[in-house]
Amino acid sequence: MDLSAINPVLLIASLMVSATPILLAAIGETVVEKAGVLNLGVEGMMITGAVIGFAVAINSGSPPLGFICAAVAGAALSLSFGFLTQVLLANQVATGLGLTLVGLGLSALIGKPYEGMKSPTLPALDIPGLSDIPVLGPIVFSHDPMVYVSLALVFAVWAVLKYSRAGLILRGVGENHDAAHALGYKVIRIRLLAIMFGGACAGLGGAYLSLVRVPQWTEGMTAGAGWIALAIVVFGSWKPLRVLIGAYLFGGVTVLQLNLQAAGVAIPVEYLSMSPYLITIAVLVFISARGAQAAPASLGRIFHASS
Amino acid sequence: MIRLEKRLQPSRTLTSLTPILAVILTMIIGGLMFALLGKPPFESIRIIFWDPLFNPQFAAYSRPQLLIKAAPLILIAIGLSIGFRAGIWNIGAEGQYIIGAICGAGMGLAFYPADLFIIFPLMVITGAFGGWAWAMIPALLKTRFGTNEILVSLMLVYVAESLLASVSSGLLKNPDGMGFPGSRNLQQYPAAANTELFTNTGMHWGVVACFIAVIFAYVVLTRHLQGFHIRLTGQAPRAARFAGVNPHRVTILCLGISGALAGMAGLFEVAGPAGQITIDFNTGYGFTAIIVAFLGRLHPMGIVLAGLLMALTYIGGELAQLMLGLPGASIQLFQGMLLFFLLATDVFTHYRIRIGEA
Repeated sequence: MDLSAINPVLLIASLMVSATPILLAAIGETVVEKAGVLNLGVEGMMITGAVIGFAVAINSGSPPLGFICAAVAGAALSLSFGFLTQVLLANQVATGLGLTLVGLGLSALIGKPYEGMKSPTLPALDIPGLSDIPVLGPIVFSHDPMVYVSLALVFAVWAVLKYSRAGLILRGVGENHDAAHALGYKVIRIRLLAIMFGGACAGLGGAYLSLVRVPQWTEGMTAGAGWIALAIVVFGSWKPLRVLIGAYLFGGVTVLQLNLQAAGVAIPVEYLSMSPYLITIAVLVFISARGAQAAPASLGRIFHASS
Repeated sequence: MIRLEKRLQPSRTLTSLTPILAVILTMIIGGLMFALLGKPPFESIRIIFWDPLFNPQFAAYSRPQLLIKAAPLILIAIGLSIGFRAGIWNIGAEGQYIIGAICGAGMGLAFYPADLFIIFPLMVITGAFGGWAWAMIPALLKTRFGTNEILVSLMLVYVAESLLASVSSGLLKNPDGMGFPGSRNLQQYPAAANTELFTNTGMHWGVVACFIAVIFAYVVLTRHLQGFHIRLTGQAPRAARFAGVNPHRVTILCLGISGALAGMAGLFEVAGPAGQITIDFNTGYGFTAIIVAFLGRLHPMGIVLAGLLMALTYIGGELAQLMLGLPGASIQLFQGMLLFFLLATDVFTHYRIRIGEA
């Protein structure tokens, strides 16, 4: 065992990479839940994004195009959830579970021919001068573009929710859909848009897994990342900046655990690899024990305009 | 303009008709999907839904498989349905299934090579206990701290999978296995084997447990006060509290029952059809059982039918894989689509369609 082999600077740099897929999915889900919709299908949309992004990147040779198509695929899949829950008024928990099962099946079907292939990946941004600054260089200036996109997205969501009229309406719909409806806002339309945004973000997160983080396609490769994203939304109390912190903390645990495996710590690999899930549970318990969760008041409730 | 008008009561006829409608829709869309994949659509559907039962060539092999595959699905789904009725979402049945199998098989292997009649019953009890204990984690966290049981039970599936990987290459590894991961084969250990009770029927002890569970669930849900409390908690939590129902008790009861049944299903599988603990002996029954529970309308009898149908798609899917080279994942998609169409058609049971202005 050689713990000194773990370099803290590289650790921080790599935790940002490892947190990005979950961060993307979680920030999308934050918006969905802020609009009062609980979409448990994040895992399904992520893995669909992963396979579509991978397939498109291989066939076109262009990872950016892969990301765009993954976002479109995620949004399209989420629209089926939106149609069921908003138009046909189906139970959101059951439909979300169904979406996950459909996504897992669909992705395995599409991905079969691509197993074992290697995709073109995004090159890391390498700014001469800036990237060479010790400590700060590798942490801040030498990632691939998607890391910056995910951070920009978090700040954009934060600003829109907090300062814009659109954000206010979205939050209003999530807090009390009947009141929002009475004020003349199109509850269903707003929710459908939020659901699609969430789907696109989950798709991007999935594509980041298969195009940058791994980069390969294997069946079931998200391995619960979508569910962890859901947990992080709760952890972040539905606040974008806290979601960012949560995702990075989680990324840190994952990377540390992998580093410990590589350093040959005397803990069996299986126990290390279950640690991210155990820590997620511990965090959930901590958050719920503290009370005051501030969940949107209409979260998961069916909206049916009766008059 | 098309409007939806809420029914005062869900339509009874439609409650039993929508699953059939969903199956038909799935067949149509599934056929289209197969056509897109370049496979003959009608033949694929026939191979999946008809040939396993009636084709003279395959039926002899696949009919017994029907019970073997349906038993764990029904057993798990019965437990889940009780929880779903109370609004308690245990979606980690897969984890409870794995832990039940590990505990039960561990108990059996601890006695190896003794030959006592008590070993198998003891294994069943340990298996059920293992599943129950695993389900108690989300249950206690929910009652103690209000932690969301959906996320916790699901996270525990991944923990259980890691544990399974650990014991199959460590604690329970076959000492005579020449270094291969995996436990001793319980099928070759008569005192612990879950054998076929009548040859060529596929009927093993799991099927027996399944019948008992179905009857038990039916009686509890329709004839027992506890069942009324469970349904009340699901439909009107506030009213339930005024009526003196303790929601914590219901949570612990529902998660406990579903965990114990899932654990038992895991033990029957590992001591019977699977034979040994290996890193991937579990085949996702815990997740498919969610579909079974909904397709069966959370009703014990409905779940039996839904479980048999879902078992049929598993067997038919394997057959289609063999005959037409259909990818195995298409069946998974098929099952997911079934749930989706069911939820979509359900709108008619709860709402009336009105055309024209109000």
